[in-house]
Amino acid sequence: MKTKHFFILLAFVIAGCSKSVSPVDSSIETGVFHFGNGSEPQGIDPHIVTGVPEHHILISLCEGLTIPNLNSGGNLPGAAESWTVSDDGKEYIFKLNKNGKWSNGDPVTADDFVWSWMRILTASLGSQYPDMLYYLEGAEEYHTGIISNFDEVGVKAVDKYTLKVNLKNPTPFFIGMLSHYSTWPVHKDTVLKHGAIDDRNGQWTRPGNFVCNGPFQLKSWELNNKIVVEKNPNYWDSEKVSLNEMHFYPVSNVMTEDRMFRAGQLHVTSTLPSQKCPIYIEENNPDLRIDPYMGQYFYRLNTNNPSLKDVRVRKALAFSIDRKLLVEKVTKCGQIPAYSFTPPGSNGYQPDTKIPFDPELAKELLTDAGYSESNPFPKLEILFNTNEDHRKLALAIQQMWQQNLGIEVELVNQDWKVYLSREMVGDFQVSRAGWIGDYEDPNTFLDLMRPNRGNNKTGWEDANYDSMVERANSMNDQTQRYELFKEAERILIDNMPIIPLYTYVRSYQLSPDVKGYNPHILDHHHPKFIYLERD
Amino acid sequence: MIAIFFKRILLAIPVLFAVASITFFLIKIAPGGPFDADKAVSPQVLKNLNEAYNLDASNWEQYVDYMTGLIQGDLGPSFRFPGRSVSEMIATGLPVTFELAFYAILIALVMGVFLGVLAALKRNTFLDFIPMAIAMIGICVPSFLMGPLLVLIFGLNLELLPVSGWDQLPGDKILPSLTLGFAYAAYIARLSRGGMLEVLNQDFIRTARAKGLAERIIVVKHAMQGGLIPVVSFLGPAIAGLLAGSFVVETIFQIPGLGRFYVEAAFNRDYTMILGTTIFFSAMIVFFNLLSDLAALWMNPRSRDVQ
Repeated sequence: MKTKHFFILLAFVIAGCSKSVSPVDSSIETGVFHFGNGSEPQGIDPHIVTGVPEHHILISLCEGLTIPNLNSGGNLPGAAESWTVSDDGKEYIFKLNKNGKWSNGDPVTADDFVWSWMRILTASLGSQYPDMLYYLEGAEEYHTGIISNFDEVGVKAVDKYTLKVNLKNPTPFFIGMLSHYSTWPVHKDTVLKHGAIDDRNGQWTRPGNFVCNGPFQLKSWELNNKIVVEKNPNYWDSEKVSLNEMHFYPVSNVMTEDRMFRAGQLHVTSTLPSQKCPIYIEENNPDLRIDPYMGQYFYRLNTNNPSLKDVRVRKALAFSIDRKLLVEKVTKCGQIPAYSFTPPGSNGYQPDTKIPFDPELAKELLTDAGYSESNPFPKLEILFNTNEDHRKLALAIQQMWQQNLGIEVELVNQDWKVYLSREMVGDFQVSRAGWIGDYEDPNTFLDLMRPNRGNNKTGWEDANYDSMVERANSMNDQTQRYELFKEAERILIDNMPIIPLYTYVRSYQLSPDVKGYNPHILDHHHPKFIYLERD
Repeated sequence: MIAIFFKRILLAIPVLFAVASITFFLIKIAPGGPFDADKAVSPQVLKNLNEAYNLDASNWEQYVDYMTGLIQGDLGPSFRFPGRSVSEMIATGLPVTFELAFYAILIALVMGVFLGVLAALKRNTFLDFIPMAIAMIGICVPSFLMGPLLVLIFGLNLELLPVSGWDQLPGDKILPSLTLGFAYAAYIARLSRGGMLEVLNQDFIRTARAKGLAERIIVVKHAMQGGLIPVVSFLGPAIAGLLAGSFVVETIFQIPGLGRFYVEAAFNRDYTMILGTTIFFSAMIVFFNLLSDLAALWMNPRSRDVQ
């Protein structure tokens, strides 16, 4: 009898919660956008955080001087309604929007930007992105303590609504960089109310305290559960904002996220389980989206390692990889074979380097380098962080190198932080790597391989390459700049300290109810253009 | 019993002190630091960050600082989440993890004891074989398979229950609690069957039967008190294991509990968070083991006499 009661009770419990309306279905009425956001954000202080989930939240809460034009490229007015650039490309005058307000109703002024930029350049804050503003006169010197007077830094409030910025060199991508959250303003009084200018642990980012100037304002924040932002009535362009709320879910498990999407709990996912991508492509899943992305997957070669010092060896390794096969049979999600370090098409830049798949030539190069059957190439190690996708790719390359060059390859996977620290100290031969552009310009890639850049990690340096990138960045003419970048790219590929493998794509699922969520090479989706509508 | 309680509490202090010290130096040995990232920070920035978190001091100084804070109940700030203290994060995740563990242990106890006792009473019949076979499956099927399986059936195919979340949608607590509870139910079923079988063969049960007592009273009043001692002894470590080991279920079902903080802290090298959660979970293990020992003692007159 007791068993019977138990099952009747269970049936009632399940029946009681059956077939309820899913969050996605109800959002057509409520205007709530359910966003799969990958992982729990570190925080929402734009001067402290780093990372993509943080960007997704911050783009709804704060606004920089400009915002990227997601439809036709270029930039749209943000906090600044217009801007002019001097003929030499070094002076920018921004006219701020006089209707621009913080979420508490205070006006957004030029002083707010000056103070915010001073904050990120304050060394004791420990911001990880101060170099985004190193293009300003005196900024690097202020951050590194060479000068202590912020008046010497190239940013001034001419009047309440006019901001003047002086750069060291003409930097054509400067406007584009302003879409990065590290350059966005913070509300001075709010920050100082909860701590000093350099307080990393200030409580100003908590719900109820947080003040910023974006289309939404912070409503609630449940750790590891969800962050809710609601429409900001004080936003200067609030009439354009169609969504009432956005709910960000930190779903770190991709399979869970996939299930949530299928059950109607999310409008958009942060990514896709890699094993499901080919299945969804085959099924013509209408929710699947594969967008271009400004990111490159490559292998770093440690040029200080005795086996890899010889450029012929590095080229042999690069020429014996069939990239087409990698994207068709291993990654299988629309990735594009890469033959340059900078992804082609980044803001109109088309690199012209070639990396042939030519096992014969590769074999010859290895022989030229002095390796033969009697003197075989020593065992090579591929280092990667523990991840099934990296393993699959490494396995394929291991096979190609063994088959085409006769090189014995060992795969070494390490925990993320161990992998990073081994890369950092140069304790590797070949290591897998990925790079996503911070702004739409080839410099975001090519700068990486200059000497003394912390992310170079290959030990390779070339004075010619360095001066080429340096010269390109001191020019105002985009065509000439790109020619220099192409030349630099040729030098890079000719020396092969890195082996480009494929260009990333952004693969995710999107509900057909979501409109205005257009593809963007940096994966920027400004929430004021997003709306929900059922066809 | 009170003396035992206080003695064990006193013994727990050096245990926790040792756990804290060993963990502190172990994480210092682990390669990689909290600020290592894909986009490497410049030496200047790294220096600033280390200064901000006192990581530029010697290990010994940092240890003394940490232990001094710990004695005062300060677990320090999280390195990964600026502006959040470790105590705050534990306080946020703990109620959720406790609630999940409570439902899971409730399901485990109800299912496990019922099936175990039933199997013992109907020994060598299909009412014994079937529950025990199910228990064996429960022990063998890991939660990372059981969870998605339940989601597939009840969430995606039958559309009866939400596939994830905690306290967000009606019924979203059912599947995670079942997933976590099922594995423990299986253990409890086998333990209660074994315990009951042993007791049911004892002389005092035979005497009770000879005196003509109703079978229900014999089972509930006399047999279960002794037969369930193994279950009670198992409950202490089980509850501690549930708390610390709920990470998988929390991840599958997107539950904002403490288990996720614990594991992710290790991946992020969030030193203070690793230390804080390790010390906290150690304290929980000590505490629940003590509780279950005391409960077993109370249930078993023989060991009570010995004490």
